[in-house]
Amino acid sequence: MSERIVGIDLGTTNSLVGYVDERTGLPRVIPDAEGHALLPSIVSFTPAGVLVGEAARRQLVRQPASTVYSVKRFMGRGYEDVKDELCYFPFRVCEGEGTVRLGVGDREVTPPEVSAVILRSLRERAEAHFGEPIEKAVVTVPAYFNDGQRQATRDAGRIAGLDVVRIVNEPTAASLAYGLQKLHEGVIAVYDLGGGTFDISILRVRDGIFEVLATNGNTRLGGDDFDRAMVIWLLEDIRERHGVYLGQDAEAMQELRLAAEAAKIRLSGEERTRLTLPFEGFTYHRDVARADVETLIGPLVERTLAPCRAALADAGLEASDIDHVVLVGGSTRVPLVRRRVEGLFGKTAHSQINPDEVVALGAAVQGSILGGGITDMLLLDVTPLSLGIETLGGVVSVLISRNTTIPTSAREMFTTSVDGQTVVDMHVLQGERELVKDCRSLARFELRGIDPMPAGMPKIEVTFLIDANGILQVTAREQRTDKAASIEVRPTYGLSETDVERMVEESFEHAEADVEARMLIEARNEAYTVLTHVRRALGQGGALVSGEERARIEAAVAELERARAGEARDAIRDLTSDLNRATEHLAELMMDAALRGALESRRAEDL
Amino acid sequence: MNHFEVFGLPRRLHIDGAELQRRFYELSRRYHPDFHHAASPEAQAQALEASARLNAAYRALRDPIARVEYLVRLEEGRETREGATVKPQAPPELLAEMFEIQEALAEAKTGTLDDATRQTLREQRDRLRERQAAEEARLVGPLSRAWDAGETSERAAALRAFKESLATRAYLRTVIGDLDEALTDAMASEAPPAR
Repeated sequence: MSERIVGIDLGTTNSLVGYVDERTGLPRVIPDAEGHALLPSIVSFTPAGVLVGEAARRQLVRQPASTVYSVKRFMGRGYEDVKDELCYFPFRVCEGEGTVRLGVGDREVTPPEVSAVILRSLRERAEAHFGEPIEKAVVTVPAYFNDGQRQATRDAGRIAGLDVVRIVNEPTAASLAYGLQKLHEGVIAVYDLGGGTFDISILRVRDGIFEVLATNGNTRLGGDDFDRAMVIWLLEDIRERHGVYLGQDAEAMQELRLAAEAAKIRLSGEERTRLTLPFEGFTYHRDVARADVETLIGPLVERTLAPCRAALADAGLEASDIDHVVLVGGSTRVPLVRRRVEGLFGKTAHSQINPDEVVALGAAVQGSILGGGITDMLLLDVTPLSLGIETLGGVVSVLISRNTTIPTSAREMFTTSVDGQTVVDMHVLQGERELVKDCRSLARFELRGIDPMPAGMPKIEVTFLIDANGILQVTAREQRTDKAASIEVRPTYGLSETDVERMVEESFEHAEADVEARMLIEARNEAYTVLTHVRRALGQGGALVSGEERARIEAAVAELERARAGEARDAIRDLTSDLNRATEHLAELMMDAALRGALESRRAEDL
Repeated sequence: MNHFEVFGLPRRLHIDGAELQRRFYELSRRYHPDFHHAASPEAQAQALEASARLNAAYRALRDPIARVEYLVRLEEGRETREGATVKPQAPPELLAEMFEIQEALAEAKTGTLDDATRQTLREQRDRLRERQAAEEARLVGPLSRAWDAGETSERAAALRAFKESLATRAYLRTVIGDLDEALTDAMASEAPPAR
């Protein structure tokens, strides 16, 4: 039987969880109790507890300073990276060690902790759906995410109690969802414009192999930026017509942002729309035409085309070589985006699968591949950015070029430059520029415990391995002694191991918005585990006990199953204990039988 | 295990691209970590290593020029660093022209280029591109064939020829890159701002 691994699309604006239905072999998204598949990626830290999704969205205007949205833009980033866009966010963003911290109310949280709240909510949704514990997930990230951003995503999973068994790139996940339905073979371009990120991936699909040829993108470009351009325009218009500048009013800014977003969405289907916004002292009315918005966002859409051309060049292809163009991400519903993409590739673009859901569906497919459910598909992805080390003069020497299929590794020899030196430093970077200062610092590694020798004598072979998640692992070996050398890693951005462990513990204290619901799920999960064991035991050793005892156990099973379908947590707990007690005798008998069997086979061998 | 051995190939430069890709897919299905997810940690680590080795080998061998670069490194016992390790070297017949180009490039750094100079530089860039294409054709054509056909005694000479050709190509690429940059910058500084 295959193992259950769900697929999660952790999006800038919305997040989803999906799975592959074992009967049909098709991926599905899991809706919440009200039937909504999309969970708004919003987390609100209220005095009463932590809210997520739709409940948190309602706090955006009421509690702007403690309600976090678009947290994905902060994942794996330092303060310097984000400081120029901070004026757009109502919550405080502070400098922290290795990562930014978000000030919400009287506490500070890191981006992975906020993402963990979203992941936990999706996990609970999946657990409620299956009625069993969910521990493993595939989580998607933008293809152009660097090592630090991927690490941060994995940390978020750990904090949420999820084993993130694979990080998959969003456009490639989408191609899996399309590929499963055998819709397209040949060379495919996946254009993925989401809420905060843009990716282009070019793949060759043949015989169930999905080989990514090249990928490119921009991890700070998406629908959020469209909204922002509209907000700035509306702010000016309000100033002209009402003499009020609302830029400093956090609540008004949230109202404007939400109204701009809603208008943008309406204008994908209509030519004109009307905004009506009541503010203190006046009501703002404004007619907006699709053409107005297209003028505002035109330059932003234009910025997605250069990465497309670069990806084509890296794949060694012309636009005319592309057989199919696939659109992914909510922002591709904007008609201007579609027009520009179709213009660039000279073909009609596909969007048969819901662009909001297709990434989660693809993540579910990858989960099924890893779990052993789907066995005829294989994704060969690439690393989006070149990886190198700092050499003399602040120059980067490339070890692994961008668009190399992963996993991949490179080896490099290091030695000492001073007599008796026992420590060697390495600085690892990611990026396409020649100079260290223009690339992204990943980490500093320290090779320690080198035997004191004349300069140049020690030979340390360092292996840089990028795994299938696109995450770097470094190992070192002293060649003369063939001993593994010790390495100390200091990531430039991101959380330390101890940070993550602390957050895993703390997360249980804070994020229990609904403790009762959580405990009910845990009781059901515990019951599920015991029921599974007992059924297996009855199948294997049922003949060992009397018919009467067997009937007693079966009655206890039936009773627990009934209780598990209900809401009474204590009853589930008590009946689980009852069933455990009722099967103690059976378990003993089975253990004896197993021991006897082992002894007999030993004797048989002796003869 | 070197990259040729990964695919069970002899150390020769003629490789059928379609066949290489077929083998790559076949071996990927065998080694890729996705298919070893439930295995023991040791087996997973082995699959990861084998898969990484396979991907590195495919990358080095699928492109005929990267293949030559790899062969040179392998023959010289330098298997570590990726990318070209040859020092760029100007082709002797172009020395005079190069001098002229370098002067114009230095000028472009300090001020703007006039239309006539830009036109000349564009023409020179086109000529250099043709020269690069010719160098690459020589590398993957006659030079590669000579290696495959050669006796062991002739291999040293063949390797020298590869290195000279790669050095010329590296030089041309650098200068073409500089020209591209100078011509784009010149254009950007003259064009009115986008908005």
